[in-house]
Amino acid sequence: MTASAASPDALREEALAALSEATDEPALERWRAGWLGRQDGRVTLLLRAVREQPPEQRAAFGQAANAVKQTLEAALAERQESLKQAALKALSTTAALDVTLPGRPQAIGRLHPVTQTLRDCIKAFQEMGFRVAEGPEVEWSAYNFDAMRSPEDHPARDMWDTIWVDTLLNGERKMLLRTHTSPNQARVMERTPEPPVRVIVPGKCYRQEATDATHEWMLTQIEGLAVDEGVRMSDLKGVLYEFARKMFGQDRKVIFHHSYFPFVEPGVEMAMDCFICRGSGAECRTCHGTGWIEILGAGMVHPEIIENAGYDSSKVTGFAFGLGVERVALLRWGIEDIRHFYANDLRFLGQF
Amino acid sequence: MKLLLSWLREFVDVDLPVPELARRLIDATAEVEGWETIGAGWDPERIRVAQVVAVEPHPNADRLRLATVETGSGLQQVVCGAPNIAAGQKVAFATEGAVLIDGHTGETAKLKLRPIRGVESAGMVLSEKELGLSDSHEGILVLPDDAVVGRPLVEQLGDVLFDISTWANRADLLGVLGLAREVSALVSRPLREPSTEYSEAGPPTESLASVTVQDPDLCPRFMVSVIQDVTLGPSPAWMQERLLRHGMRPINNVVDITNYVMIETGQPLHAFDYDLVRGKQLIARRAVPGEKLVTLDGVEREFDGQMVLVCDGEGPVSVAGVMGGGNSEVSESTRTILLEAANWVPGNIRRTSMYLKLRSEASLRFEKGLGPEMAEFALKRALHLFEQLTGGTVSRGVIDVYPGKRPPRTIILPAARIEQVLGYAIGPDEVRRILSDLGFLCHHLPPDRYSVQPPYWRPDVLIADDLIEDVARIHGYDKLPATKLRGSLPEPEPRPVEDLRERVRDLAVGLGFQEIITYSLTEKQKLERVVAPGDVRRMAPLSVVNPVAARHTYLRTSLRAGLLETYAANRRQHDGPLRMFEVGQEFLPVEADLPHERKVFCALAGGTREARWAKAGDDRLDFFDAKGAAEAVLGALGVPGTFAAANEFGLLEGHTARVASGKQPVGVVAQVHPDTAAAFDIDEPVFMVELWLEDLVRVLPERPAYLAPSRFPEMRHDLALLIDTATPAVRLVDIVRSHRSGTVRITADIFDEYRGRGVPEGKKSLAVAVRYQAEDRTLTDEEVARIETGLLKRLEKELGAVRR
Repeated sequence: MTASAASPDALREEALAALSEATDEPALERWRAGWLGRQDGRVTLLLRAVREQPPEQRAAFGQAANAVKQTLEAALAERQESLKQAALKALSTTAALDVTLPGRPQAIGRLHPVTQTLRDCIKAFQEMGFRVAEGPEVEWSAYNFDAMRSPEDHPARDMWDTIWVDTLLNGERKMLLRTHTSPNQARVMERTPEPPVRVIVPGKCYRQEATDATHEWMLTQIEGLAVDEGVRMSDLKGVLYEFARKMFGQDRKVIFHHSYFPFVEPGVEMAMDCFICRGSGAECRTCHGTGWIEILGAGMVHPEIIENAGYDSSKVTGFAFGLGVERVALLRWGIEDIRHFYANDLRFLGQF
Repeated sequence: MKLLLSWLREFVDVDLPVPELARRLIDATAEVEGWETIGAGWDPERIRVAQVVAVEPHPNADRLRLATVETGSGLQQVVCGAPNIAAGQKVAFATEGAVLIDGHTGETAKLKLRPIRGVESAGMVLSEKELGLSDSHEGILVLPDDAVVGRPLVEQLGDVLFDISTWANRADLLGVLGLAREVSALVSRPLREPSTEYSEAGPPTESLASVTVQDPDLCPRFMVSVIQDVTLGPSPAWMQERLLRHGMRPINNVVDITNYVMIETGQPLHAFDYDLVRGKQLIARRAVPGEKLVTLDGVEREFDGQMVLVCDGEGPVSVAGVMGGGNSEVSESTRTILLEAANWVPGNIRRTSMYLKLRSEASLRFEKGLGPEMAEFALKRALHLFEQLTGGTVSRGVIDVYPGKRPPRTIILPAARIEQVLGYAIGPDEVRRILSDLGFLCHHLPPDRYSVQPPYWRPDVLIADDLIEDVARIHGYDKLPATKLRGSLPEPEPRPVEDLRERVRDLAVGLGFQEIITYSLTEKQKLERVVAPGDVRRMAPLSVVNPVAARHTYLRTSLRAGLLETYAANRRQHDGPLRMFEVGQEFLPVEADLPHERKVFCALAGGTREARWAKAGDDRLDFFDAKGAAEAVLGALGVPGTFAAANEFGLLEGHTARVASGKQPVGVVAQVHPDTAAAFDIDEPVFMVELWLEDLVRVLPERPAYLAPSRFPEMRHDLALLIDTATPAVRLVDIVRSHRSGTVRITADIFDEYRGRGVPEGKKSLAVAVRYQAEDRTLTDEEVARIETGLLKRLEKELGAVRR
């Protein structure tokens, strides 16, 4: 009598005993191949042996053999399931992670804080209908100064210490690094035959000045210009009020005080109430105890500049403002020294 | 400009608390930078005015004396070491407990009395230093005779000194009187002008001197007067005190009066020694180029033909509006004064002082534009003081050459313009009140206009909007409402390059690169390390005349130098990977025009990959990381890019690829040449991606090429193919992509390159994933096998590729 001829019951008992010995996935696979394998699994052979049985016993033998097969298949499935459960359990217990270990660093870049601030400012003004334009950083003196009502030998030129480009045209020095974005008032109006103009012009400016914690010789400005019939100084205040609230909190207040820029009349500076101490702190580092923070210069576009653009200054009025982006960035993050921005130390830049 | 509160109060009654006054001035007039309270620490109980009644020698010390002082509440005896103490003087007297500055150590301490050389002292007679007024500790402070005995010193001598920055268009505010006019309007109190009265007891001025204005275009007005029999000496204490507070050194009564009147009125004056003025005549004229004069500061100045000089009968005696000459300077022996009060064209004075690098108190005022009538007021004010303080006799009448005389300006201000500009109306009473308080003649022309004449000290006021500013600022900007902009919006201007720039910025950040912003100005040597010698434009960067530092002299023609510098600086602080980029402008010179500001993206990467704890390896970033970043950016933009081996200055040959899209070059990916990197102090492989935004924008598709995802599965079959090492892998990929078999789309991705054991010499093995996709059906194995056979044949024929 061959092994395959062993009785189904004996075979089942032997198979189940072997199954209980199998404790991992490879052992289970070996067991499955040995017992239930399609080619020569012992239960497969048993089923094949049905044909060898005397005809009158075939049905019973077949039934018994099938029952063994089903039993073993069920036992295998159960065994597989319990092993899977055990493995999962092990994952949660013996293989549990120390989740306080650090995550693997991923490459993540950031925008420069000046870019971030610039974009936030631009967005605030775009929401109020301002278009965006840009102009050259190397500029003609005619745009930077003369068109802005600061001809040569005008004391207003002291307000901007100019870096001049070393190029002579017809024996004259005419090219400079723009000291402010204001020349773009003239540039934008020049290419706009008819109002309305409602534009901001962001960009870098340059000043010949010594650097310290609050002064940097390369700076980023946003020029704002709105020109149309019916543009009023109160609109200027409204726009800047919106801006201050968008950038520094809904409860901001703004005030104007008198200032002078040759290209506006009246000219003002805008301050907002201190968003750190809310006007209460004599020791406040942000507003130096004054309760107010100077933000920008602004005013109503001088009628002469409106006329130079070819508009009728008796009907058309406008406002302009110039905003220092680094200053806004310093304020919003409480940065103590403007020189950090262009030192490009990743220990600084990586924080924003 | 400094401003003493006591001086201001001479002209206007102002009793606002100091911080409030400062705030009002800031809101409406000028920037108050700060203020200093003189006498803030003087205890009113313990430091008072006293009078010295008697002075006797100290019984036990030669250099000490015993003084008896009347304190207002009885006589006291004190020991005093000051050499200048004398009976009859009014002095500052401190009693025990007063907080003083120690005359020797300079530190603050409470006064403790103890016997000095055996004699009790009831208090202390104070020096300026002990009161913190000055560093003078030579003798005691002697108060004016009218000081009130027993009065707290802080009431007698206390004051507030403001530090004020005025705006460039307001020369009148560089005088106490000008600021007083503003305060008078701000607080609605009348202004008291200082006295200009004097008697003209001398001979007619014309008989003593003459004036010629040769260049009336530069000298609108020139006035002189003569003061005879002047007694030169120190000016009175109150005048010296005020001059010192305003930063001017007292010299003698004559010079001090001219300086005092300048601070008071804003109008500079000049006093000549009459006897040194040759020919007793003054001529205002342009300099002869090359003409010279030694100015009062002892420096010889040379002039060009646009500068104006004041000359006497023989030559220059003063640089008009800037500084006087040494040859006619007032001295001990001066007995007669020729006093000049003139007006000069602002731009010319500014030019002269800039060219001579000589900025004086006078030039700072003239260059801002003084009204010509200010000369007359200041001259008369000075003559009043000369008569009072020098004992001199003023000549009769003044010589007044006034070629620039203009009729008074009248400005029409339509009432509606106020609301048009400001957005709110200000009533006629308030408009008239403000303008009148500021010295304007203002007539309401009912119903809706004002006729306004600006006062002589306000040459800055020219148009209606100038008046609106004056009304608005004095009225108060706190009353300005905040309104919403009305009206239509302008047409948008397309900005394709700028839009692309912002997309690239965001993509670079997403790929792990940190944005940096470097200075646009750099050094030529640094540019020369990264710019090819043959690149004529980039090798000729524009320079600036007056850089903030030598290392910021040249406008960059490449972003690479700044990035490499930044990379090196950060490598000192960081292990691990560095990835950084800048989006900025190259400034490429253009003949006779502004430079082309070319927008470029440039990125660097290098170092070991992110530390992977619990995983082995110190795998470094390499060329293919940089190329991968470039591909990712181009991919996200929908720009199909090609990479071809290239050789460029500053980049490592064999590790450099020119990036293009179609025929358009758009950038470069490379390992920076190790020598170039080393020149920037980088001693590791560093890789660069540069994309030229203005070129890239030309090949930027308006929208990505869209392909609907197939409903049928894609078949992938991996191949290992041997090709010549010299054959670029991209050729294999291109052939596969171009292979056609009905509607089946075939793509190939190389996922490995292998050379070495098992691969014949001169060959490389490429592992390629070939993908087959039909739009309309699921491909069968047989179909794929058939296509593959054809593909392999073609690869063998065109590339000599064989399966490994």
